[in-house]
Amino acid sequence: MTEFTPKPARPAPLSEVGLLGWMRKNLFSNISNSIVTLLGLYIVWQVLSWAISWGLLNADFVGNHRSDCDSGGACWVFISVRWNLFMYGFYPQDSYWRPNLAFILLIGFLIWLSVPRIPFKKVGAILSLTVFPVAAYILLYGGMGLDVVPTHRWGGLMLTLVLALVGIVAAIPIGILLALGRRSTNMPAVRLVCVIFIEFWRGVPLITILFMASVMLPLFFAGGTDADKLMRAMIGIIMFQSAYMAEVVRGGLQALGKGQYEGADALGLSYWQKTNLIILPQALKIMIPGIVNTLISLYKDTSLILIIGLLDVLGMVRQALADPAWLGYPAEGYIFAAFMFWIFCFSMSRYSAYLERRLNTGHKR
Amino acid sequence: MKPKNNTGLLRLVYNPTARSIFYQVVIVGLLLWFVLNIVGNVMTNLDQRGISTGFRFLSQPAGFGISQSLIEYDETFTFGRTFFVGLLNTLLISALGIITATILGVFVGISRLSPNWLLRKLSMVYIEILRNIPLLLQIFFWYYVVLQAMPRPRDSISIGEAIFINVRGISMPKPVADSGFGIYVALIVAAIIGVIVLARWANKRMMDTGQQFPTFWASVGILLGTVIIGFFLTGRPLVLDYPELRGLNFRGGMTLLPELLALWFALTIYTSTYIAEIVRSGIESVSHGQTEACRALGLNEGQRLKLVILPQAMRVMIPPMTSQYLNLAKNSSLATAIGYPDLVSVFAGTTLNQTGQAIEIISMTMLVYLTISLSVSAFMNWFNRRMALVER
Repeated sequence: MTEFTPKPARPAPLSEVGLLGWMRKNLFSNISNSIVTLLGLYIVWQVLSWAISWGLLNADFVGNHRSDCDSGGACWVFISVRWNLFMYGFYPQDSYWRPNLAFILLIGFLIWLSVPRIPFKKVGAILSLTVFPVAAYILLYGGMGLDVVPTHRWGGLMLTLVLALVGIVAAIPIGILLALGRRSTNMPAVRLVCVIFIEFWRGVPLITILFMASVMLPLFFAGGTDADKLMRAMIGIIMFQSAYMAEVVRGGLQALGKGQYEGADALGLSYWQKTNLIILPQALKIMIPGIVNTLISLYKDTSLILIIGLLDVLGMVRQALADPAWLGYPAEGYIFAAFMFWIFCFSMSRYSAYLERRLNTGHKR
Repeated sequence: MKPKNNTGLLRLVYNPTARSIFYQVVIVGLLLWFVLNIVGNVMTNLDQRGISTGFRFLSQPAGFGISQSLIEYDETFTFGRTFFVGLLNTLLISALGIITATILGVFVGISRLSPNWLLRKLSMVYIEILRNIPLLLQIFFWYYVVLQAMPRPRDSISIGEAIFINVRGISMPKPVADSGFGIYVALIVAAIIGVIVLARWANKRMMDTGQQFPTFWASVGILLGTVIIGFFLTGRPLVLDYPELRGLNFRGGMTLLPELLALWFALTIYTSTYIAEIVRSGIESVSHGQTEACRALGLNEGQRLKLVILPQAMRVMIPPMTSQYLNLAKNSSLATAIGYPDLVSVFAGTTLNQTGQAIEIISMTMLVYLTISLSVSAFMNWFNRRMALVER
């Protein structure tokens, strides 16, 4: 009697595992799916082959004049000769180190605050909200021995970043106050004021606010002082943004359980103790992704300032396109500007998604 | 420690009601002072510049032309008329944008959940690229890069000798009402009412007996049948006015301006990325157990979507969807950057420059957008309450 030896299990059929199996399952599971896949591949192929041949293979990268663009593809020379304009606007050439230094400081603080492993977050936060703004203002505008560079010479990416950062930093505290006011139960007049403020700024397009800032705001000041144009745009953007921020904060406040409020009341904390020690620390954590999303939309919205005559990246590109010596490269110009916006917005949205995962510590009910 | 004997003034200081009243009076007082100050400044400033306030300018003749108008308009009409021309153009582009953005967005959102890997990734790339580029830039791109690359009118791209695409926009045949048009419209209205009655009846029967009625296909049949058969029964009440090339441009028919097209494309694509994400999260919010329960009950694919998944997904989707529609309407004001004659461009742009009545014009413009936003949010609140009541 021979001993029973079980046959080893046969491997799964080749059509079900490995690359082939994956393709069968995900790309060619039935006829309509296969058609979609082939169509998709065709489109991808068309787009990629055009983009690579136009933007890379047939493109011109080096040179300093229009005549250097003769190979039929994209003319990136158009960008490279104006790189400084696109970055700094009309900022004086010999002072480029000032915005550069401010930018490096900014990056330094951002890394300090956003990488979880680096300690002393509190010190970083305090420094970045007190020392950094003053330093950046002195570096960019002047004073303390540095030459004054008036804001009408600012432009390009620098202006975009300044507007977005000032907008968000000023909007957060105003937004928090507005949201607290809107949720206050025993001060109906304050609530009403906050609701009207928030709904008003949220209800109108940013462009009308910018128009208002540029034509109506000068009338509001005594003596019709012509406040700085950038300043006026900034006021408009801050008002607009703080209303949106208030709604983000309100969302964060509402997401907290009622027990937190009742617990704080039971401990006998005053309103501001309750808010600062119990409510805001928890609510801010919930709000961070929302704040980053607001920052992204603010960053995109700053492009609107070109309508009232301030020149951010997009504005500089448009001005370059109107230069008679360089007519006919709108595609290159707009694609470059789009990339400048896209790279910042995309990285911020990735960071916000990462935060959402990291902060999801399981306190949700 | 002995508790303090709080009397008189001290008691008032610690009284929460008294405190809140005090704070409110202070805040409202400060606000009033601020507003009065501004109003005073505005008055003196206007006086100094010799600008008279008031809305009399609305009845003065405008004296400038507008490239696209849904109502009768030429240079001799008043500034008041330009307001309505601009408003209607804003409403037109918003309506067009909302319709196409919804269609495209739903399509992309569903593609994002497709079993096909390539389609899933492609729609993700579409969303991630296009929603991270400012809308204004996209408008410029369509207007200056794509539409300016179209041929001159003489070398138009022609589709069936009826639709012509060129650098001045798209010219297409325009339907013109002929005799019997009123009856035709009445027939179509009757058919729409019929479909609504049918849908109500079918829904009631389903609730009472559980029997299904193919409402969708029946409605399509009724509507299409009325539109086609009615057309011939009433003696062809619509004739097409074809565009013709005369000299350097097309005459007759109707022309979609390149400004309108660029704005429409950009608004559609930009908003569709947001709608796609809303649709995706809406569908994902319905738990998988619902799908399994449907299968266990023996519902087919269509019934599952129509009766179980969509009604639940809708509740999640509708509030953010409305805010996207509102965003689209507000974003349509970017028209002014390329010269599409919308409210901001015509009224807060040209009319403001011609009259100098900054305060009145900006306030009227803002009021229009505020009215739209607030009425839509009021409707949404009502709608949310209604939806919430259905919940058990």
